Amino acid sequence: MASAAEHKHPNYIAIWIYLALLTGVELAVALLHFLPRHILIGTLIALAIWKALLVALFFMHLRFEPRKLVVMIVSPLPLAAILVLYVLRERFK
Amino acid sequence: MAHVAVHPTAPAEEGLGVYTQKLGMWVFLCSEIMFFTALIGSYIILRWGASSSWPVPAETLNIPVTAINTFILICSSVSMVKAYVAAVHDDQPGLKRWLLITVLGGATFVGVQAYEYTHLIEKGFVPSTNQFASTFYTMTGFHGFHVTCGVISMAYCTLRAFQGKYAGGKFQGIETLGLYWHFVDLVWIILFTIVYLF
Repeated sequence: MASAAEHKHPNYIAIWIYLALLTGVELAVALLHFLPRHILIGTLIALAIWKALLVALFFMHLRFEPRKLVVMIVSPLPLAAILVLYVLRERFK
Repeated sequence: MAHVAVHPTAPAEEGLGVYTQKLGMWVFLCSEIMFFTALIGSYIILRWGASSSWPVPAETLNIPVTAINTFILICSSVSMVKAYVAAVHDDQPGLKRWLLITVLGGATFVGVQAYEYTHLIEKGFVPSTNQFASTFYTMTGFHGFHVTCGVISMAYCTLRAFQGKYAGGKFQGIETLGLYWHFVDLVWIILFTIVYLF
């Protein structure tokens, strides 16, 4: 059986430092106001997704899980996107 | 059914290739993804629709304190994963130590959030103040509730660890709880950016 316990453990402290640095960059971008508004929002979303991916891939071990489980887990994401995009239509009515 | 009792894990471990507790937690987390998407999606739509009339979050919320709180939650995720590694390697002192640190981190996060709420309410920022306030309390409140549930579960697991229930490399319970804990951390990463920094 493929188990999370059997895979090689990543360097969790390195990922922690990575997350701390990204949080620092996020705060600097948000509070120093040196980017135009639309670029600022895009940058902050990209940084948040980057951090979330690090947590999911390494702390939640998605990188090491069987492919079928990963497919099951990511399947709500397109549904989530459809949910938001569909409600967003309200703005254009 | 006696056969199932003798070999409880064999049938369930076929298929997706993971043990049933972990699969169950992942199915639950998939439903949680949809729950938080509904909240975050609604917030984005309300905020986009309001555009210029929406208050600037930094003028009301204490961003430095919440940034530190975010860092505390990230640290507790690291201590949780270290507890999992200790459980896998049957390092009982390490498991107890890292679980205690995680409980402490989670409780600190909830405590700081309670302090933040108290401070905001004293300033007159209550759920009925405006749309931003009601969405702020809904999203952070539901997240705080999840963290509180996590801290209670973690305290229970810590107690079990001190009773030696995870001895002999029994890591499944710790890994399953860890998945929930990391998910709560992941949701906060998104919420912090969307609610506090935009």
